[in-house]
Amino acid sequence: MTSILTYTLKNLPSTSKWALKFSVRPLSCSSQLLAAPAAQTKSKKTLAKPNIRNIVVVDGVRIPFLLSGTSYKDLMPHDLARAALLGLLQRTSVPKDVVDYIIFGTVIQEVKTSNVAREAALGAGFSDKTPAHTVTMACISSNQAMTTAVGLIASGQYDVVVAGGVELMSDVPIRHSRKMRKMMLDLNKAKTMGQRLSLLSKFRLNFLSPELPAVAEFSTSETMGHSADRLAAAFAVSRLEQDEYALRSHSLAKKAQDEGLLSDVVPFKVPGKETVTKDNGIRPSSLEQMAKLKPAFIKPYGTVTAANSSFLTDGASAMLIMAEDKALALGYKPKAYLRDFVYVSQDPKDQLLLGPTYATPKVLEKAGLTMNDIDVFEFHEAFSGQILANFKAMDSDWFAQNYMGRKTKVGLLPLEKFNIWGGSLSLGHPFGATGCRLVMAAANRLRKDGGQYGLVAACAAGGQGHAMIVEAYPK
Amino acid sequence: MVASRAIGSLNRFSAFRILRTRGYSFRNFSGSSALLARTHVNYGVKGNVAVIRINSPNSKVNTLNKEVQSEFMEVMNEIWASDQIKSAVLISSKPGCFVAGADINMLASCKTPQEATNISQEGQRMFEKLEKSPKPVVAAISGSCLGGGLELAIACQYRIATKDRKTVLGVPEVLLGILPGAGGTQRLPKMVGVPAAFDMMLTGRNIRADRAKKMGLVDQLVEPLGPGVKPPEERTIEYLEEVAVNFASGLVDKKISPKRNKGLVEKLTAYAMTIPFVRRQIYKTVEDKVRKQTKGLYPAPLKIIDVVKTGLEQGSDAGYLAESQKFGELAMTKESKALVGLYHGQVLCKKNKFGAPQKDVKHLAVLGAGLMGAGIAQVSVDKGLKTLLKDTTVAGLGRGQQQVFKGLNDKVKKKAITSFERDSIFSNLIGQLDYQGFEKADMVIEAVFEDLSVKHKVLKEVEAVIPDHCVFASNTSALPINEIAAVSKRPEKVIGMHYFSPVDKMQLLEIITTEKTSKDTTASAVAVGLKQGKVIIVVKDGPGFYTTRCLAPMMSEVIRILQEGVDPKKLDSLTTGFGFPVGAATLADEVGVDVAKHVAEDLGKAFGERFGGGNPELLGQMVSKGFLGRKSGKGFYIYQEGSKNKSLNSDMDSIFASLRLPAKPEVSSDEDIQYRVVTRFVNEAVMCLQEGILATPAEGDIGAVFGLGFPPCLGGPFRFVDLYGAQKIVDRLRKYEAAYGKQFTPCQLLIDHANSPGKKFYQ
Repeated sequence: MTSILTYTLKNLPSTSKWALKFSVRPLSCSSQLLAAPAAQTKSKKTLAKPNIRNIVVVDGVRIPFLLSGTSYKDLMPHDLARAALLGLLQRTSVPKDVVDYIIFGTVIQEVKTSNVAREAALGAGFSDKTPAHTVTMACISSNQAMTTAVGLIASGQYDVVVAGGVELMSDVPIRHSRKMRKMMLDLNKAKTMGQRLSLLSKFRLNFLSPELPAVAEFSTSETMGHSADRLAAAFAVSRLEQDEYALRSHSLAKKAQDEGLLSDVVPFKVPGKETVTKDNGIRPSSLEQMAKLKPAFIKPYGTVTAANSSFLTDGASAMLIMAEDKALALGYKPKAYLRDFVYVSQDPKDQLLLGPTYATPKVLEKAGLTMNDIDVFEFHEAFSGQILANFKAMDSDWFAQNYMGRKTKVGLLPLEKFNIWGGSLSLGHPFGATGCRLVMAAANRLRKDGGQYGLVAACAAGGQGHAMIVEAYPK
Repeated sequence: MVASRAIGSLNRFSAFRILRTRGYSFRNFSGSSALLARTHVNYGVKGNVAVIRINSPNSKVNTLNKEVQSEFMEVMNEIWASDQIKSAVLISSKPGCFVAGADINMLASCKTPQEATNISQEGQRMFEKLEKSPKPVVAAISGSCLGGGLELAIACQYRIATKDRKTVLGVPEVLLGILPGAGGTQRLPKMVGVPAAFDMMLTGRNIRADRAKKMGLVDQLVEPLGPGVKPPEERTIEYLEEVAVNFASGLVDKKISPKRNKGLVEKLTAYAMTIPFVRRQIYKTVEDKVRKQTKGLYPAPLKIIDVVKTGLEQGSDAGYLAESQKFGELAMTKESKALVGLYHGQVLCKKNKFGAPQKDVKHLAVLGAGLMGAGIAQVSVDKGLKTLLKDTTVAGLGRGQQQVFKGLNDKVKKKAITSFERDSIFSNLIGQLDYQGFEKADMVIEAVFEDLSVKHKVLKEVEAVIPDHCVFASNTSALPINEIAAVSKRPEKVIGMHYFSPVDKMQLLEIITTEKTSKDTTASAVAVGLKQGKVIIVVKDGPGFYTTRCLAPMMSEVIRILQEGVDPKKLDSLTTGFGFPVGAATLADEVGVDVAKHVAEDLGKAFGERFGGGNPELLGQMVSKGFLGRKSGKGFYIYQEGSKNKSLNSDMDSIFASLRLPAKPEVSSDEDIQYRVVTRFVNEAVMCLQEGILATPAEGDIGAVFGLGFPPCLGGPFRFVDLYGAQKIVDRLRKYEAAYGKQFTPCQLLIDHANSPGKKFYQ
């Protein structure tokens, strides 16, 4: 979950010209930007396991991810989720009655629709006989939705499950204070006028101060941006490195958008407004402009700014997941297999955002793969500093030995395979919906560029993390 | 025992770490090697910023001793002379300590006030130069920044501190009976305002970094970092240095102003302080408060007020002069020597001289969830010990669990811990009614009812379920441990751990070993006590051990004095006037009259006439009437919930009347009454040393001050004998002996000391 930034990239003066410096090794991105990656067609072993059903992604979509407070601002979360579901129905033409179950991930819950999956499903015209539930696991909520679906299918309970995620940061539940709520509840129970008056007499003006949804980690009271800034400092990631990485993300996203590679995006006709067709947070700027921003969390000398953090985003995503045999029986040509996955967790104070570092080697080991086997990396970018800290952690023997219980480092991630269609920094990060975007990006990149394995990883509040192997479905 | 709640201020000593042996080996050859590299202070240059690193070798802390000072000035002179260097950062290479203070031993070696004044003036000159430095110096503070360390920091142009728990700022000199003598009394009021400066200097309190930022004591905070590609502490110091270097350059480029934006309240306070009338009112208020609290027994606080006043009213030159002179005077006072002695004693009692136990205690079990049991559980879970708390009833257990929770929750209210940390600490506590899990216990501390047969019963029950290595500790204030151990199958594993109430506030732990207690058992008990944050004395078994045994004759005398017609209020004011934090009658009420009666009877039997004097019948009658002290609402005083004022219990009059003794005018002056109480205490303490109950006088002093509230300004019974003179005490005892007999007969060791004036408990 990205912490709430006071202002976002839209405040950055946008210039069409952007400059990249290639001085910093892991960030030099000339090759990806200039040369189209060579299509690789390897034939590696497949990760199918005996006696376990193969599980496939038929397809997945998302509505455009928008800066919060823009076109989706008057909607409710289930509206976005519904739009994603309708988009999925249209894209896959799946008959509604084939869908056995629906799961959505979300983080900041709208209390009126706390099981947003059910409300969206009903609204999207799914059968009222199709059960739905909602999961939450911070930024990896929709990953949890997908892996729950995997579990349900693998264990033979269902054949067809829709998994998705939604987040609407344009509106968040702001509550009355606990004292006020208590008084209101007691008032409800008061029987006589006397009781009511005596309750009212206890009213104090400070009862009216509202309670905002927590932006801070509950266990540590630290906001995520603050933690990210400390993490960047702990790994000695400079401000320049962070700005360069953010610029890379925006540049690559812009390129992908312009070339029409973001094929998971489905248009959304917003009631009473225009039809939204593309993500609106992609704004490549210049290093000079970015350097002007003041630190957003650790003032006045921190390094995390609005420009190198992911911004508050509205959006929703949905995926059609099936048992392979079922998909084939229905006549589908699936896009990818969902293979091994892991969840990890670590110290929520000092290692809040290091989930990918822990999850990556674990999922590789589980799948019997090495870093070299992976053709496509799709990591969630909460902050530039967080991504770069994870890079450095994975490239450090000291960290591996002292904190991960490994003999050697995980290794340097190949940047030419990493998030080359942009990431959460540029495309946006609707907390509950990002996981499905990552998996679809990996699947679509594998299809386009011809690799076999994709590795998806993400960090999440609470000091948790996730990684999953996505295997391309043979063409 | 409640006794020394009021000397809680001494708690803060622990942060004022000044080591005795440090770097002497270096001193010998430092003369020859000075040209090559310095021992304590070095510097490197980053761009045009000099980074000065203080790192005294072979020590956990940096202290401002002569070598550090001279090396620092050498370095500063080079920096001032360099064309390349435009600014500097001052940092310690030791995580956890910036500069812990001045070297306390510099003072110990002073023979005259003038010598101490010279030390102060040297410091003043050094910091004045630093303050007037043409090149800005940024103090990068991580860890303790105390006393001379803080004075060094506030002479710099800018301060950046790490926001962690180890980083504390303060001027604890007052706790050692002296004052901040290197410009602190003059700079602090200008920096944080007069009221806050008085508060810091008069209480000696430690200020955490975030508070220091709010007060304006530091300009910026740096967050502590987690692990990166090197250990967190190392990287945090590095980061602090990087940030400080940036600020140092910023100060040179004028991008950063060393002036702080003051809030409205601060501005108003500052304005108010320009009015002489307001200033006078503040001096007066503070002075009255200090006089009331110290009863004139501690000279340092009044001199601090004096010196600050001089600086503000007559200008800095006069202020600095007054500071150094008063510093010299204070350093030579008995009070300072007593307090410094206590400091050293406390350092000593924070070490485990029995070595590391064979097995670390990881699982602790506490029997009895009463006031003591729950208190013991609280200080244990607080330090991460898994603790089983067993009681016999759900209600009793629930009360104990609530006490632990409340203790932790109070810390949350004071913002010492977060509510999340509270919950996680509280999860270390497992409440239960049976012996489940005792098979894993490494130590069992019983705090059940003070009755030998009950103690025997639980000892047998516990021994049936605990593993062989498990230590059985008994928390008792008077029952002899060997009697408790008599029914044990493994007496070498039985030991006494005498905690003081309230356990979470009282620092003392008295550990009692019997003839049979093994050394490893003792090591284990001390290790647990230290983990619980206690100051520990280890004494031999005997009736009343050390602390209770000293208290008993004193209380007996108190009863006699009351019988002689001195009213409790008068007696209280006489004892507090002597330096006891709690008056003698109030003390009895706080401890509990029934407990006092119990102890008086037990020890009376054991020691006979020597413990006589007052008639125990007085306590007996009080108990039978239900006057048990504070806990029953009535004792010598009447206690009302929520009311601080207590009035005398008029129902006591008939009891006093029935037991009235004629006062002996020759020994009933106010001073005589004070000395009758104190000399019996002191005589008994010395006798404990003579009999080998106590191993060292230092433990005797720490036990008396931290457990019983013996006047800290006297430094404890042994320091008192040394400073006051054994002969004078023997003379007094003889005088009272003539009036009352055996109870005042001085013990042989005391007589020996009186006979050879060169003989001291502390050489």
